[in-house]
Amino acid sequence: MADPAEEPRAVASTRAVDIVVSLLLAAFAALMAYDNWKSGAGWASDGPKSGYFPFYLSLLLGGASLFGLARAVAGRARAGSPFVNRDQLRRVMQVLVPTFLFCLFTQWLGLYVASFLLIAGFMRWVGAIAWWKSLLTSFLFAAIMFATFDVAFDVIMPKGPLEALLGF
Amino acid sequence: MEALGLLLHGFEVLLTFKILSLMMVGLVLGIFVGVLPGLGGPNGVAILLPLTFTMDPTSAIVMLSCIYWGALFGGAITSILFNIPGEAWSVATTFDGYPMAQQGKAAEALTAAFTSSFIGSLVAVLLITFLAPGIASFALRFGPPEFFAVYFLTFCSFVGLGREEKHKTIISMSLGLLLTAIGMDTVSGQLRMTFGSDNLLRGINFLVAVIGLFGISEILLTMEERLALRGHAAAISLRVVFKVWRELPRYWATLLRSSAIGCWLGITPGGAIAASFMGYNVAKRFSKDKESFGKGRIEGVFAPETAAHASGTAALLPMLALGIPGSGTAAILLGGLMVWGLNPGPLLFVEHKDFVWGLIASMYLGNVVGLVMVLSTVPLFAAVLRVPFAAIAPMIVVSCAVGAYAIQNAMFDVWLMLVFGVVGYVFKKIAIPLAPFTLALVLGNRAEDSFRLSMIGAAGDLRVFWSNSLVGSIATLALVLLFWPLLSAAIERLRGALVKA
Repeated sequence: MADPAEEPRAVASTRAVDIVVSLLLAAFAALMAYDNWKSGAGWASDGPKSGYFPFYLSLLLGGASLFGLARAVAGRARAGSPFVNRDQLRRVMQVLVPTFLFCLFTQWLGLYVASFLLIAGFMRWVGAIAWWKSLLTSFLFAAIMFATFDVAFDVIMPKGPLEALLGF
Repeated sequence: MEALGLLLHGFEVLLTFKILSLMMVGLVLGIFVGVLPGLGGPNGVAILLPLTFTMDPTSAIVMLSCIYWGALFGGAITSILFNIPGEAWSVATTFDGYPMAQQGKAAEALTAAFTSSFIGSLVAVLLITFLAPGIASFALRFGPPEFFAVYFLTFCSFVGLGREEKHKTIISMSLGLLLTAIGMDTVSGQLRMTFGSDNLLRGINFLVAVIGLFGISEILLTMEERLALRGHAAAISLRVVFKVWRELPRYWATLLRSSAIGCWLGITPGGAIAASFMGYNVAKRFSKDKESFGKGRIEGVFAPETAAHASGTAALLPMLALGIPGSGTAAILLGGLMVWGLNPGPLLFVEHKDFVWGLIASMYLGNVVGLVMVLSTVPLFAAVLRVPFAAIAPMIVVSCAVGAYAIQNAMFDVWLMLVFGVVGYVFKKIAIPLAPFTLALVLGNRAEDSFRLSMIGAAGDLRVFWSNSLVGSIATLALVLLFWPLLSAAIERLRGALVKA
């Protein structure tokens, strides 16, 4: 689950990211191969066991990632080009961090309150849009979402204390 | 002409107030999605899919496919007016479309783009109408080995014919296939790769992955690039429309060539992006006046748009007839079919006639209505681009989260979506293609099932894939495509040696 872009590291080259991703994929492949080996990667009397198909896939994935790793280390794949610069990374984090908080808050406050907070906060602090516009837009958006999903289409979203207070 | 009768029946299914209004809603949402940079056909369809969960399948597919048509139309608006392709497949449209707008001929360029999109889709829909039922009834004879061979062929053609680095295509594909295997093994009921987690028991849902891979990652990329929008205004008058339409017959050869290229690349997993570039380049090569391309030539708008739409539409042919999507968006629609309880594949034509012919009829109707709609509402949608991205980005994030949650009512899926969003962002930046990943995610389980059923039937003898001429030729073709780069290099060398000798 760890990913290079999730850590607030400074400028990275495409080559470095290539190497890290290849290593992560190879490790993932090894883990999967181990698990499938355990659950049986061979043949039973009637055909392949349940680990057979994924076991060979993890070998394929591992092989391809190691090949990618070798190429990246040898530096043949666009060695110098930057992956992100500091400004770009800052802007990416401006969305990624609020999105993460939004997911976290959804668990306690319910989706509608969390989305109200996300949209209002994002418009105000990232977009520097006037308070009243931000609050109004986000309130309308959350209300329309509620009307569309929970009321009109019967798609039930996670709810929190506010909705309980209002009797939903 | 059995197809015509069934098609008429399809129109009957469609012509209810409910479906027609869903169609309009779908088209508007689609154009909206196509116009916004940072959202696109597959993203829009993936995000809006949850809206359709409680609909009946026919209404749902009509609305979703209209979102898709709308997105195809919408991509052209930003390319021409703002020089920003709303979609990767409208990049080639900017080459001549934007210069035309700069010369004050934006309305002509837009009309040309919409009209040629319409023609491209129409050719592809005709192809689907008359070819798909035949292919489907042929495929009814398929058993597990044949199906596995067809899946294998699809994957091999991605590796062999894709323009990305081969090992990256293989990484993307095998990772996708591996992720679909997580959870309960459908043949033996055994759990695998769950590592004791209850959340992984259900497996990784295809749509959750797609919403993250396309929706969230696009937002990250768009934020990173920080687009500055400066565009030309345009309103289309009827006079301009007729002026462009009068010129159309002069370009029949270009339109026909682009349609053919589009259909071919749509059915094989080449995709709309490759088709639009190829359409443009071929038109340029055949033109007597090569120099004028890129300087605002109307033919340079006709060619890529026709090809992109023909390909986007033709991608639905293998999806309907064989259950194999020809593009990312088609893969998402296929995921939708499974959510609505339909089993994709050739049986669809037998068991769900209403659904299939309703969908095909909606392709005709959706494109006609879409054409009229975009021609009349361009100024409105161009105004959408002036809405600040800081307001749109969080709304898209919320829509993605709603979509991911609604599929299985699980908070875990929302987190999974976030992880896939980051993975998609990184993959796009280091050029690991996402299309094979999507395809693997949607086909993985069925590919494995068909493999194991063939093995059980043949008592573990791999020669079953060459047991009759049908399955044998598909499997051989798959291997040829897989090693195509090596083979074509060998042929080149051989030819070189022969010339010397």
